[in-house]
Amino acid sequence: MSEIPTELKFAASPEWARLEEDGSVTVGISDHAQNALGDVVYVELPEQGRVVEALHEVAVVESVKAASDIYAPIGGCVIAINSVLDDAPETINQDPYGDGWFFRIRPTDVEELTELLDARAYAEICEAEEL
Amino acid sequence: MEGSAVMTKRTPLYASHVDVSAKMVDFAGWQMPLNYGSQINEHHVVRRAAGMFDVSHMTVIDVSGSGSVAFLRRMVASDVARLSDGKALYGTLLNDAGGVVDDLIVYRRSHGYRAVVNAATRDEVLAWFAHHAPADVVVEERDLSMIAVQGPRALEYFQAVTHLEGIIELRNFGFLEHNDWMIARTGYTGEDGLEVILPKADVCSLWERLMDVGVEPIGLAARDTLRLEAGLNLYCQDMDVSTSPLVSNLAWTVSWQPENREFIGRRALEAERAAGITEKLTGLVMEARGVLRHGQRVLTNYGDGVITSGIFSPTLGYSIALARLPISASGDCQVEIRGKLLPVRITKPPFVRRGQPVFE
Repeated sequence: MSEIPTELKFAASPEWARLEEDGSVTVGISDHAQNALGDVVYVELPEQGRVVEALHEVAVVESVKAASDIYAPIGGCVIAINSVLDDAPETINQDPYGDGWFFRIRPTDVEELTELLDARAYAEICEAEEL
Repeated sequence: MEGSAVMTKRTPLYASHVDVSAKMVDFAGWQMPLNYGSQINEHHVVRRAAGMFDVSHMTVIDVSGSGSVAFLRRMVASDVARLSDGKALYGTLLNDAGGVVDDLIVYRRSHGYRAVVNAATRDEVLAWFAHHAPADVVVEERDLSMIAVQGPRALEYFQAVTHLEGIIELRNFGFLEHNDWMIARTGYTGEDGLEVILPKADVCSLWERLMDVGVEPIGLAARDTLRLEAGLNLYCQDMDVSTSPLVSNLAWTVSWQPENREFIGRRALEAERAAGITEKLTGLVMEARGVLRHGQRVLTNYGDGVITSGIFSPTLGYSIALARLPISASGDCQVEIRGKLLPVRITKPPFVRRGQPVFE
């Protein structure tokens, strides 16, 4: 099992969220999730400016194996999307916690982040899935 | 966990797969490699150079005895009497209703026949053969290994490793036997290549020697995208006991001549043909973003159809599928994906042969 960055927060579903210095929150999917999905071939990202609610569907990842809905781990306004993924969706497989990020949200209530799992709790869930 | 590991079977190459971190899955009761990292990279390796597949889960059945020709002419919709020694054919086993019991390759050997059938249908086919075999036919399952070496450089690499004579000269669907090895110019990828059936004791060293010269191991996931690009059906997905070869793009596997050959399913196929065939298995391409998948509904001007197999095609860079559609449907139609209707085009498979797109 690969190392899970400790500065990240996790939804029980595959998304991770990282609070940036400017107060925005970057969202992507975990290494565990990209590994389970297999090669990613398309991503449908939300439009910039869209207001999303926590735990609602905002994006779709299509891998060679299946289509998976991506949920917003926190509510707010989408202020940036990672357009690199349009032409290079494999970035998600190669660097899920770095260049493979999906979108950035300006949170309505940053406190919602505290409801997410920390890296250790998420690692336990992943291990349980692998058994 | 221990329990399920004991229940599933392992091929002699199991340790080799695990050694190179293959993702192992349960496939038809066997622990088989799904991928060795990226299935898309594996796919490209087979289209551009050479890859090898452990297909030791496949069922090998030898048919011998004085009645074997008559028996197989009754069991297989293609006429095995057309085969000369050292030649093989792809065919179907039908039931009385004309449904496909399995697809298979039949090899005509100097001393009998060999059939290779699917792993998932092993029990059904063995029971089907046992039920129909007369006293002068011996049907015997063989406990052998099998690997497929596929790609434009497959023969060159295999030759370099084995130094066997006659490999390059093999015709498509031709095979030769050398000691206990059977080497056939067949495959399931749309590329040139070989399928080798050999004793379990020999398979690991052949695998390692091929790996040493640069043949890469390829998992079941890439096997599926390669076969679909090549327009080749997967049993249980594109056809099964409820569909006839006439609606499965397999009419070419039915030998109607001679008219007095009473193969199982013939009457049903004749009746189906006389009544008028209403469906076809054909290809779809979708250049819009998204992936066609098994079970999605296809809307045509002649009624609805369904996708039987769909993938993202690594060679083409967009999605392709096999679909069972109303027979008159052609040109542009739509597919329903997560509630949205997206444009797709009907095309005749195959999609890719010898590394190149081949559809219109």
